[in-house]
Amino acid sequence: MKVERPPPPTPRPEGGGDGGSPPIGGSMQLARPALSPGGEAVRGRPGSGARPWIWAASLGVYAFLYLPLAVVVLFSFNDSVLNAEWVGFTTRWYDRLLHDEDMLRAAANSLLIALVSSSTATVLGAMAGIAMHRYRPRLLPFLALTPVAMPEILLGVSLLLFFRQVLDLTLGLTSILIAHVTFSIGFVAVIVRSRLAGMDESIFEAARDLGATPWATFRRITLPLILPALAAGFLMAFTLSIDDFVITFFVAGVGVVTLPLQIYSMIKVTVTPEVNAVSTLLMLLTLSVVVAAARFAPDALKARE
Amino acid sequence: MIRKLNPGNLARWAVTLPPSLFLVVFFLLPALIVVAASLREPGEFGGLAPLFVGGAFTHALTLDSYRFFFGDTIYLEIFVKSFFIALLTTLICIALAYPLAWLIARSPKRRRDLLVLLVILPFASNLLIRVYAWILLLGPLNLLYTPVAVVAGMVYVHLPFMVLPLYTNLEKHDPALLEAAQDLGAGTWTRFWRVTFPLSLPGIFSGSALVFIPVLGMFAIPELLGGTGDLMIGNLIKEQFLDNRDWPFGATLSLLLTVAVLLCAGLAVLAAKKSFKGTEAVT
Amino acid sequence: MALLEIRNVTRRFGDFKAVDDVSFSIEAGEFFTLLGPSGCGKTTILRMIAGFDDPDAGVMLLDGRPLTGIPPERRPVHTVFQSYALFPHMTVAGNIAFPLEMAGKSRDEIARRVAETLALVHLEDKGGSYPHELSGGQKQRVALARGLVNRPRLLLLDEPLGALDAKLRVEMQSELIALQREVGITFVFVTHSQQEALALSHRIAVMNRGRIEQLDEPDKLYGLPANRFVADFIGKINLIEVEVAAASKVLLTLTAAGLGEIAAADARPLQPGERGCFALRPELIRVYGRKESADLKNRFDGRVKELLYLGDVTHYKVALANGFLIEALMPNAAPGRAKFHEVGDAVTVCWRHDAGIFLRD
Repeated sequence: MKVERPPPPTPRPEGGGDGGSPPIGGSMQLARPALSPGGEAVRGRPGSGARPWIWAASLGVYAFLYLPLAVVVLFSFNDSVLNAEWVGFTTRWYDRLLHDEDMLRAAANSLLIALVSSSTATVLGAMAGIAMHRYRPRLLPFLALTPVAMPEILLGVSLLLFFRQVLDLTLGLTSILIAHVTFSIGFVAVIVRSRLAGMDESIFEAARDLGATPWATFRRITLPLILPALAAGFLMAFTLSIDDFVITFFVAGVGVVTLPLQIYSMIKVTVTPEVNAVSTLLMLLTLSVVVAAARFAPDALKARE
Repeated sequence: MIRKLNPGNLARWAVTLPPSLFLVVFFLLPALIVVAASLREPGEFGGLAPLFVGGAFTHALTLDSYRFFFGDTIYLEIFVKSFFIALLTTLICIALAYPLAWLIARSPKRRRDLLVLLVILPFASNLLIRVYAWILLLGPLNLLYTPVAVVAGMVYVHLPFMVLPLYTNLEKHDPALLEAAQDLGAGTWTRFWRVTFPLSLPGIFSGSALVFIPVLGMFAIPELLGGTGDLMIGNLIKEQFLDNRDWPFGATLSLLLTVAVLLCAGLAVLAAKKSFKGTEAVT
Repeated sequence: MALLEIRNVTRRFGDFKAVDDVSFSIEAGEFFTLLGPSGCGKTTILRMIAGFDDPDAGVMLLDGRPLTGIPPERRPVHTVFQSYALFPHMTVAGNIAFPLEMAGKSRDEIARRVAETLALVHLEDKGGSYPHELSGGQKQRVALARGLVNRPRLLLLDEPLGALDAKLRVEMQSELIALQREVGITFVFVTHSQQEALALSHRIAVMNRGRIEQLDEPDKLYGLPANRFVADFIGKINLIEVEVAAASKVLLTLTAAGLGEIAAADARPLQPGERGCFALRPELIRVYGRKESADLKNRFDGRVKELLYLGDVTHYKVALANGFLIEALMPNAAPGRAKFHEVGDAVTVCWRHDAGIFLRD
């Protein structure tokens, strides 16, 4: 018969992310410089976390990321045909944009394709995500996730060959749609799967145990719970579709032009600030979509691992 | 053990079949077609030459495209150059991403999500826009159409892919390890090099795979930012399919690129596994 | 006719027999417990009753009708899961209403029954709360309510008290007993805690490695364990290796190496030379000083090795002549106790001749 004494409490240092709890009494008092080298964890000092040079370097990287885009946006308002130096403020490039028929048609195409392909990808991707989480199939993860990981050009080329040689399909809207769905399924699947992984598995069994058929379980339990993930997945697929260049480039053929393809030809032929303008608008669009997606499923973005 | 066809099983097939079928048809099959196409002869007006003409089996399968590739060293050179650019890009990305990933990992939760979002947002913009921005920046500097421009563009486009896996890894490091090292007399650089860096290797390998592999296959950046001597594999492939219309050769190039990618991915997985063994204490 | 009959049920996972030719039956209104260490097969049996798994051999009958082929949603059997499995996006009332909605009951009836059941588990004012707002004990009760509201033929409980702290566990145990008596529904309870099983059950099936070791009422399991495993698993017990020396209709004489003869009561026709162990509960042993002695047949000298004073009782570990460390439990309120024993004291342990039992190997 053993009655054990509880082990003595050991001080556990708090990790950097939890911020703000003072070291438990009893930890060694070492002479420490104010900002610990090597990026020592936040201990009782929320907000500080690293040396000044790390802050500087990080800021530099952020600047590196945003400066080029800022230049694009800025010069979309430049009153000069050349993107060389600032002349004056104007919105005439936007005006030109709105009357550019080719551009408008390309935009309409892109939107249509994005809506249809992301809807389809969301449905198929949700199925894939549920299947991968629940049944652990062998083939499906490979099929869904490889298009995401491999260079886009390989996907574009293989679809081009497939459409033309096997299906003898004229390249156009259909081919683009199919291509977009193919690479988007993986994204949606991962988002849905990670949402499911974070939930207590037994609630689905509980639903069936309490009298729900598999369909009723899906309708009343699964669907409401993965709705945020579906929304995030849809938005991500939408963004991917609107922005896609490489794959669309190969499967679009001559008939259909999407926004990125239009931008591409504009860059190659004539570089006017009209390109800046359309870029700015496109960025605004995808920006708001990504922010919305982040709202719905913040760890969807982490799910890229 | 006979598992009957009950509602449970039905549900399983209903969910697994549609996406699987779709992907088999539109992903797997096309991949296999590429292999087949690389063994065919080019058609007269582009595309592939038909296997049968008027009932006779003409234009048999051939290894011509492969001979063509290995026959002329220029193609191998381009492959090697692409690898080099990919490697350089990856290294620069590691250097740039590390401080940023460190900062994010050490920040309190609220700010961390914001910082991550800020890293991802530029990525949400179109590839062409990001390339175009560099055209604007590099033009006046006379750096356009140089290898520098290509690498700069590659780094710019792929940096977020290095930051994310790296910060995810760094986030999991136990700060007590560094304190212990400091307590035992290690200076700043030693602590980084002997503790932090080795533990972060799985993150570095993940990020490297996410950068190296896409860079290998890019064609837009070399085409728009690089000069005629800066062509990469992607450009070659694009040429075959859309300009020269020598599809079998294009298919061969794609196949070789795929093999290269698979090799790298396999290496990355092996390296990550090996480095992960010692880091189990971290997670 | 028994409510649930399990006949020769076997379930294999590859080469491993999770459930090995198990048979038992459960009567209506019982609080029946499957007790055993992890991996013994008790949860597997529960899942097969619920319908989430099928036996490889054997048959299960509910109200005389076989359960095979009936999916979980059509069985009149509900489960309380270990993690409670409450639907996070529904309120408490919504959770409890769910099985009624699945059964197609009318709005009015659902409202009525939900209110009834909420009162039953003392959660009347929590109907509009969400699961994440509740404490562990409250979630527990919602899970119970949800499983009972539909009046199933059986309620299965898979270690439901495992996540609660000690004090709450004991409280919930009393509540469970009261609840089961009130609704009269048959409970099938799975646990690895023998204390819980003893407290709650009408009958217990002690399982080990896929087989039932003993199925009996709690007091019979405690007082008359069928074999070494049950004796050791339930409560604390001393197990002394012995050999049969002589057996008469009234008295069984056993020899323990290095100790001598032990007298036990046993009516079985045993042969001299049979080996086994002598099982003796600590609370049936008395520890006296060498100078004092009681007039009991089984008396052995020893030294106190360890003692644990717990206020109301004292645990003693006494080293006997052959080195065996016998555990004894003595109340501290026995009349005539002048002083407690100390570590190192020379003492005599003794017990009545019918205090322990002989378990064959």
